[in-house]
Amino acid sequence: MNSFLILEWFIKGFVWVLVLIGGFAYLTLYERKALARIQSRIGPNRAGPWGILQPIADALKLIFKEELTPAKADKLLFLLAPVITVVPAVVITAVVPWTPAVSILGHTLTLYIADINVGVLYIMSVASIAVYGIVLSGWSSNNKYATLGGMRSSAQMVSYEISLGLSFVAVILLAGSMRMLDIVEAQRTIWFGVLQPVGLTIFLIATLAEVNRAPFDMPEAEQELTAGYHTEYSGMKFALLFMAEYVKMISICAIAATLFLGGYRAPWPISNTFLSFLSTDRYPLLGLVYYFIKIFILLFGMIWVRATLPRIRYDRLMEFGWKVLLPLSLAVIFITAAGIILAQQVAPALLWITPVASLLVAAFAVAMIDRSLRRKDYARR
Amino acid sequence: MRVVEPIVELARGLWTTLHMMVEKPVTIQYPEAKKPVKPRFRGRHALKRYDNGLEKCIGCSLCAAACPADAIFVESSENTDDQRYSPGERYASTYEINMLRCIFCGFCEDACPTEAIVLEDNYELTFTDRRQAIYPKAMLIDPVPEGGQPTPQKTEPGIFTRSVPEMKDPQD
Repeated sequence: MNSFLILEWFIKGFVWVLVLIGGFAYLTLYERKALARIQSRIGPNRAGPWGILQPIADALKLIFKEELTPAKADKLLFLLAPVITVVPAVVITAVVPWTPAVSILGHTLTLYIADINVGVLYIMSVASIAVYGIVLSGWSSNNKYATLGGMRSSAQMVSYEISLGLSFVAVILLAGSMRMLDIVEAQRTIWFGVLQPVGLTIFLIATLAEVNRAPFDMPEAEQELTAGYHTEYSGMKFALLFMAEYVKMISICAIAATLFLGGYRAPWPISNTFLSFLSTDRYPLLGLVYYFIKIFILLFGMIWVRATLPRIRYDRLMEFGWKVLLPLSLAVIFITAAGIILAQQVAPALLWITPVASLLVAAFAVAMIDRSLRRKDYARR
Repeated sequence: MRVVEPIVELARGLWTTLHMMVEKPVTIQYPEAKKPVKPRFRGRHALKRYDNGLEKCIGCSLCAAACPADAIFVESSENTDDQRYSPGERYASTYEINMLRCIFCGFCEDACPTEAIVLEDNYELTFTDRRQAIYPKAMLIDPVPEGGQPTPQKTEPGIFTRSVPEMKDPQD
């Protein structure tokens, strides 16, 4: 632990925060562009060529906007809540391994900020802190809609966090480690997304609820709650809440890429065939490119789902979380564990029981959802 | 047990939105590209001229009388052969339309005996002041056509005695 190491950490952390904030700014542009194209529009194209200066214009506008604090708001918490929301969103990606170790100028550099052996636990714990900021911002505004939004978000995030955590467990079982670097290296032969298709789906659905994105954007359902927990926020405080949401989107996509889609490793046709000269074993820095591509595609998925699906009703949201996702993820863990034991005791090929059996269970779950919805249909007639 | 149908329905919804991405956007880049208006569109008024440059408007105030919103104000003066603005006895020395009152019904167009006032296709009527909403004659009147003389013109006596020209069948 010399001073050079501390300086390196400081620089890495600083650069990473800047990258996240820049990523947030351009994610808003990306989302607006993609949504516009889906809706037969063009999207922002006035500020700079193809609207690439739009995020800067938005930021300037928000900086110069008046900041209102409601008269009977809890001033301290009202001020603190956006900060509490932003900080976990930014620090959550500290354990994501962006590349394998790179050697630059004879010095071995790691582009991730922290390499802790309980990386997955760290992600879980930091992700659950984020809910405090939202609840506090809703509560301290002294506004019924904001409070309702905060309450909804706390209930929703607590419910879906269980399924999220359980889908992590299946990955941990397969990798045999909680260290993110080990999890990525364990996907050398095959992505966990292929071995755990249901786990990946549960993860993606639960993350949508976790970052309050459509169709699970109940905390900010504008038709019911004006703007939910950030109704009373304006100016830079609103920008911080907004930023937290989008940075969380980026980080959750980075985590999904790490846990299920091979992290910094190149996708299958590149890493294992004649194209292997492009793999991250040869050029570690290419990991950043692969990460970027994977995050870009996952983010498009989130935007696409937002453009497609209407917001689901609150009771159905809760029912889906507790009665479908939770049992399903428990079943997936059971099947994964059984598959691993069979592979170890009988034959390695039996690991393929995991995806097959979990897909069967997922099919059963889909049938049950369909049945319960149709039963409600009959009851209504 | 329906397993495939719910998933297919979900996928169909997602496919619909994804398919929209490859379609051409319907956006028109407005200030740079303008959509042409329909032939009978009623936009800002224009006061027309004859080919020789004389104004068609004879200051009869029929448009002002026909206007349901009372948006038009006309004041007429006498033509002389030395200072001729329009054929016949009189011309509109003041012609103002209040664009805040105008409802673009086109009744003035119908009332005009000389087809002097026409609602054209300009719809970009913006102003920052109530006083700017009153369009005077100078803003409404068309430029002098090629080969014509600007008004007032000096004319031979006895030529322009008739205020309302012989009309052919009105077109459009």
